[in-house]
Amino acid sequence: MGTIVSILVLVLFLTAILTGGYNKKFLQRVQGSNMWDWLTTVDHKKIGIMYLGAGGFFFLIGGLEALLIRVQLFYPNNDFIVGDTFNQLLTMHGTTMIFFVAMPLLIGFMNVAVPLQIGARDVAFPFLNALSFWLFLGGGIMLNLGWLFGGAADAGWTSYVPIASNQFSPGPGVDYYVLGLQISGIGTLIGGINFLVTIINMRAPGMTFLRLPLFTWTTFVTSALILFAFPPLTVGLLLIMFDRIFGSHFFDAAMGGNSLIWQHLFWIFGHPEVYIVILPAFGIISEVISTFSKKRLFGYNSMVFATILIGFLGFMVWAHHMFTVGMGPVANAIFAVATMSIAVPTGIKIFNWLFTMWGGRLQFTTAMKFAVGFIPTFVMGGVTGVMLASPPADYQYHDSYFVVAHFHYVLIGGTVFGVLAGVYYWWPRMFGHKLNERLGNVHFWLFFIGFHLTFLIQHWLGLYGMPRRVFTYQAADGLTWINQVSTVGAVMMGVATLVFLYNVVYSRKSATAASAERDPWDGRTLEWAIPCPTPEYNFAQLPKVRGLDAWWMEKMAGNKELEPAEPLQPIHMPSSSYRPILMSLGFFVSGLGFIFRTIEVGVLGLVMVFLLMFTRSFEQDHGYHIEVDQIKEAEKGA
Amino acid sequence: MIGRVLLTFALFALLLSGCQQPRMSVLEPQGEAGQMQLDLVYLSIYIMVFVCVIVLAIFTYVLIRFRQKPGDNTIPKQVEGSTKLEILWTVVPIILLAILAVPTLKSTFTLAAKPPKAEQPVEVKVTAHQYWWEFEYPELGIKTAQELHIPTGKKVHLELTSVDVVHSFWVPSLAGKTDLIPGRKNTMWMKADKPGTYEGRCAELCGASHALMNFHVVAEKPEEFQKWVKQRQKPSSQPQTAQEKEGKKVFAQNCMGCHAIDGAGLKGPGNKGPNLAGFGDRDKIAGLLENNPENLNKWLHNPQNVKPGAHMPAIDFLKKKDLDALEAYLESLK
Ligand code: HEC
Ligand SMILES: [Cu+2]
Repeated sequence: MGTIVSILVLVLFLTAILTGGYNKKFLQRVQGSNMWDWLTTVDHKKIGIMYLGAGGFFFLIGGLEALLIRVQLFYPNNDFIVGDTFNQLLTMHGTTMIFFVAMPLLIGFMNVAVPLQIGARDVAFPFLNALSFWLFLGGGIMLNLGWLFGGAADAGWTSYVPIASNQFSPGPGVDYYVLGLQISGIGTLIGGINFLVTIINMRAPGMTFLRLPLFTWTTFVTSALILFAFPPLTVGLLLIMFDRIFGSHFFDAAMGGNSLIWQHLFWIFGHPEVYIVILPAFGIISEVISTFSKKRLFGYNSMVFATILIGFLGFMVWAHHMFTVGMGPVANAIFAVATMSIAVPTGIKIFNWLFTMWGGRLQFTTAMKFAVGFIPTFVMGGVTGVMLASPPADYQYHDSYFVVAHFHYVLIGGTVFGVLAGVYYWWPRMFGHKLNERLGNVHFWLFFIGFHLTFLIQHWLGLYGMPRRVFTYQAADGLTWINQVSTVGAVMMGVATLVFLYNVVYSRKSATAASAERDPWDGRTLEWAIPCPTPEYNFAQLPKVRGLDAWWMEKMAGNKELEPAEPLQPIHMPSSSYRPILMSLGFFVSGLGFIFRTIEVGVLGLVMVFLLMFTRSFEQDHGYHIEVDQIKEAEKGA
Repeated sequence: MIGRVLLTFALFALLLSGCQQPRMSVLEPQGEAGQMQLDLVYLSIYIMVFVCVIVLAIFTYVLIRFRQKPGDNTIPKQVEGSTKLEILWTVVPIILLAILAVPTLKSTFTLAAKPPKAEQPVEVKVTAHQYWWEFEYPELGIKTAQELHIPTGKKVHLELTSVDVVHSFWVPSLAGKTDLIPGRKNTMWMKADKPGTYEGRCAELCGASHALMNFHVVAEKPEEFQKWVKQRQKPSSQPQTAQEKEGKKVFAQNCMGCHAIDGAGLKGPGNKGPNLAGFGDRDKIAGLLENNPENLNKWLHNPQNVKPGAHMPAIDFLKKKDLDALEAYLESLK
């Protein structure tokens, strides 16, 4: 109860400040501040950076959890972190990494790059874009609150029932999970719709679908996946929430419920989710490899087709996560064959990347190193994926360290390598200076070697009988030294991450005004054609696109600028808004209310959200215009 | 430098082969089901190694051959693609997958088939509890825990369910996993060719002591298995000495609500914990600790210390004399 009261007071206090009922002068000072600018921004570039920042922050938390897990597994029967606490660690590590690291980092890049790549001034719904971000952040914070108040979720990131039910996970842990994911899920869904509309509607003249850069294509398919995959998760979470908070029995076998329904709902979401976090990484890799090979992407059309096919097949295979639940041989056989078939479009991609490099002039920048390191690593993850698709063999791999190794090859070797390639690649576009390449080199090699050291050997751990999610093993099992090697590798990855953080600081310190180049990599796509730092309106005049790799084409034709498709005219901009963050706060309060079983507070939070939505309908806000003189001034300065 | 790395790896390999008894390895199956599964593992590994070798060969060649030479600033030819190549790397994987898919489907159905009655499979009902295993032989009228005894050379047909959360039954060297789900009955079969003790694990996160929900499978020659069956059907559960008699009394006062002992004539419900008949013959306490008086003491004194979250209260309130009597009685159960 005390918590609720203090939260209420805080909310009233904040509302008072933000609505100006507190002190006019103070309000003006706040509104003039940089902080206010970021909190209320609807600019896709800033939102993208906030996504990356928050995702990076959660990456540090999730990474720390991983290190603690590895430390506990250093010795057999170690008693550093055991039992429920260990289960909290592994649950929070998984949940954080998937929902609050992989997704936001990729969505961050979507925000940073996609509008620029299609020659647009912003996403289709800037307001909703900000809302997406704040909901994601709210959900992430809510999930992690568990560490501070009452214990974090401990039923695994898959949160299977009945272990996630009240009976077996009393306390608020799983509630944090359910409501945190629900809130951030709303944000993700909104974001998915936003990018779909943006890519369909906001392309510059001449930017046909088959001229879209591959990262934009993968964003498009990913957004479609989000649109179809998140509703099942929402439904599943709602059912768990009802079971836990309102005493229903959807998953309780003793009361005629069925716990397998949750597994199905979760994986109908969960498998496409895997592609949600890998396809954009494919996109980044395609951009980086093409740029630093100085060649157009080999087999662009088949790349696009393969992306769509992977997205489609991604919905047909969810039950391969459930081969051992006793679905019977027919279902297992069907899902096995469907799963294997995904290897074909994935293989197409791999070979297309290889042949993009073939005959090129490869420049091994750090971004390129991560992209190149991605290829063999992801191939490893891919082939073990095919191995897992065979049900009889999967009966052995399933829920063992073999699976742990497999999905870390895909998620780190795939997603994280892709993200890091993107970080080094787009950093100058975002911050006006490159990251230091020498430190980048150290970062890459430490991370790459550390990664393989940690996870390659885990395939054997699985084959030698170590189940996943165990806090210890027995000395007689003969697994000790393998676990120790793995832990050493994990520490190396941790050191690599510290090097990266140092690089960020160091590069920023040593950056000068001259570091801001508009086209530092001799790029191919439109984001490299505009001044650096990117003006808030992106393109002074919307460009006319004449082919794939539009900017490269212009450069090859000897042009120094894009050809404009419109005269220089005042640009209409959306005004920033304090509502998204407040709406997220409303959801947050509501979530806390439900977690602590004070339904009144839960309803109050939702009322706050609806009021904010309602009053917005009456708000007269037409945005503002940037006049021609201002644009000219800005373009000259750049 | 490279030499040293290789040496270390060689040492590791030695260690691997040296200390890996057949007790818990997928790679050294001790029966038909495990062998079938391993065959598929290897088939898929061969195919995948083939794929990896091709990719890595092209990869290495490209990286060496096409890296930028100093001073080279030519613009490479912008190739659009090559239909021939693209068809090639679509068709070849499809063929490879077909090679894998056919035996996969065959084994999937074989493993799911119920062993025919003619083979006289041993029927066992497996019930998972947080964090222990109950084994019931309905045809033989035996109930036991933690140790699954099976005859060699014969299929064992398991019917699996759970009373609380989802668990997963895994004996790596005999057969892959099957989940135990409350309200559902799953089945699987396995077979051990040679006598031996094989480690079993719970493979699905099931709570605080998921990591310690171990059990083992004891495969014995049919004659010996029969002997075991006889003994279990007529367990010696009656106390012999005065101390053991005393122990039984202590047991009846403190433990009967959760534990049954077949043949001891106790009247408690005894369904929350393992049936302790034959406890003195088990290798392990709670599937985990070596079965000796010292460990029994440790277990009784604080089960949560051994298995966090175990659903057995700490028995730390007994007088030394009573405790000794209790332990003597437990160890006398054969
Ligand atoms: C509240 C129920 C409960 C009570 C009372 C209880 N136990 Fe247990 N006992 C259990 C459970 C549950 C287990 C299985 C623990 C596990 O392995 O996770 C167990 C396990 C054991 C084991 C190990 C069994 C094996 O198969 O290896 C022994 C021995 C044991 N109990 C002895 C006792 C004795 C002696 C008493 C009385 C002094 C007692 N228990 C009282 C619930 C209980
Ligand atoms: Cu279990």
